[in-house]
Amino acid sequence: MIGIGHYVTVSTILFVLGVLGIFLNRKNVIIILMAIELILLAVNINLVAFSSYLGDLTGQVFAMFVLTVAAGEAAVGLAILVIYFRDRGTIAVDDVHNLKG
Amino acid sequence: MDWSHSLRLVAPEELLSVSGLVLLLGSAWAKGKRDARAITWLAVLTLAIAAALVVKPLWSGLSGEAANAFDGLYSGDAFAAFAKLLIYAAAGASLLVAPVFFEKARSMRPEYPVLVLFAVAGMGMMVSATDMLTLYVGLELNSLAAYVLAAFLRNDQCSAEAGLKYFVLGALASGILLFGMSLTYGFTGTTSFTGIAAALSGEISTGALFGLVFVLAGLAFKISAAPFHMWTPDVYEGAPTPVTMFFASAPKVAALALTIRVALVAFGTQIAAWQQIVIVVSLMSIVIGALGAIGQSNLKRLLAYSSINNVGFLLIGLAAATRAGVEGMLVYLAIYVAMTVGGFVALLMLKDRDGNQVEQIDQIAGLSRERKVLALCFAMVMFSLAGIPPLFGFWGKFVVFQAAVAAGLLPLAVIGIAASVIGAFYYLKVVKVMYFDEPAGVVVGKSDWIHHALLLIAALFISPLGYLLTKCLGTLAALAAGTLTPGA
Repeated sequence: MIGIGHYVTVSTILFVLGVLGIFLNRKNVIIILMAIELILLAVNINLVAFSSYLGDLTGQVFAMFVLTVAAGEAAVGLAILVIYFRDRGTIAVDDVHNLKG
Repeated sequence: MDWSHSLRLVAPEELLSVSGLVLLLGSAWAKGKRDARAITWLAVLTLAIAAALVVKPLWSGLSGEAANAFDGLYSGDAFAAFAKLLIYAAAGASLLVAPVFFEKARSMRPEYPVLVLFAVAGMGMMVSATDMLTLYVGLELNSLAAYVLAAFLRNDQCSAEAGLKYFVLGALASGILLFGMSLTYGFTGTTSFTGIAAALSGEISTGALFGLVFVLAGLAFKISAAPFHMWTPDVYEGAPTPVTMFFASAPKVAALALTIRVALVAFGTQIAAWQQIVIVVSLMSIVIGALGAIGQSNLKRLLAYSSINNVGFLLIGLAAATRAGVEGMLVYLAIYVAMTVGGFVALLMLKDRDGNQVEQIDQIAGLSRERKVLALCFAMVMFSLAGIPPLFGFWGKFVVFQAAVAAGLLPLAVIGIAASVIGAFYYLKVVKVMYFDEPAGVVVGKSDWIHHALLLIAALFISPLGYLLTKCLGTLAALAAGTLTPGA
């Protein structure tokens, strides 16, 4: 029988993978955007699983809001990435180092 | 609770979003810089009206059931009203300084005031949120507008990079916060702050504790407290200066007010669980803010570290977890906004012969001989940030430390005071460069009257004359803090 614990474990693994994807990835900014999506979807699994477990609709409503905001976030992120690419001609993570000190 | 009552309570946010949308539509037809300036002024007018709307709930100390809108999703209480006044003032100032800056960079677009209005509407929702859902939507409304603002100079590599970094780390912070909220929801069965407080009144479960830690970590990112501060210097340096001024003032107020509400209302029955985290975060911010600034040669980076440092001092008030602590934080926040606005306006007034911005410390050497008033005001901001007594910045630190000592956190206050002495080193270094070094003769450009007026207002506020306001500020802060901690 698959219980709430299994769902939370899966979502925690996905969340950790997403965070590691942001920090360990040295290649491409697009991969970071994918990692951010992964984090948000991990949260959604959590919310929906808890909602079903508790018999309370709030979690599912919350998940809908998260999906909507994630779409907006992806749009803004890609737009910023496009202007960055236009100036720089690369989106490799190792090249993002104009600002430091 | 009827709809008309709820709609009246959220009037400031309605006004800001509707006028933001109308101005966005207007900006589709805007041509040239005159239209962009007109839209900027209309946005400032909107902020002024919104500020007038929140004066009444603040003055009457509105709280409890009468302030709740939409079945406890939103609260238009005095605490939110106090934070909103500061947010509107800071946003208004960063709108007023924008046209001159962006016209020089040939990118004054009417979208700037529109984005600021949306960000401010989001911040209004953040400080009024009494439910995790409202909190999240408000936070994202603010963040999404802020990411775009950071990358506003589209043809500038640094601005684009600042936007990218802010986006990636901001999204990560939102993700962490959200994960914490999902755990809190799962282990308490509700997303409303009062519901969470009621569910956590006994022993805290491991799951809920994880949720609390993740929520606090996400919020620490947003207020740029150490150890989650690493994005701050880069973003502050890369973003256009009016935007940096906006980031350093308004969203800080919003995120800190939000943190206060989450900590004291949602997790108010588990103070012991988060108090130690806040103490550690506040000490780390104070020390890292003070030490990190020492080697900086760019004034914007220096002010970024200064803001990390100030957030640390503000969190001392939260660590006290008392009514006096919250009052102290609110007073400090008001002074902090004035100091930040003053500092960045002074920074914006530093221009070379061709009207380009001057940002390096060695370039302002001997400023006192060329621009006496500017150098004096900048020096006042620096002394005030360092918390040196005759200036008003001292009062902010004083009330916060007083609350910490009263709450029995003497070691925290002692370390804080010691670190503020380290911090004084780099503030005084700027003053020394301006007053005692050989003139570099770089800063010769003229500034317009808006900058002079804003700088003068900020300087008057942080001057010893500011102490005339302590009573008024204290009363308002007490009204605001009273809505969160009625018993204490």
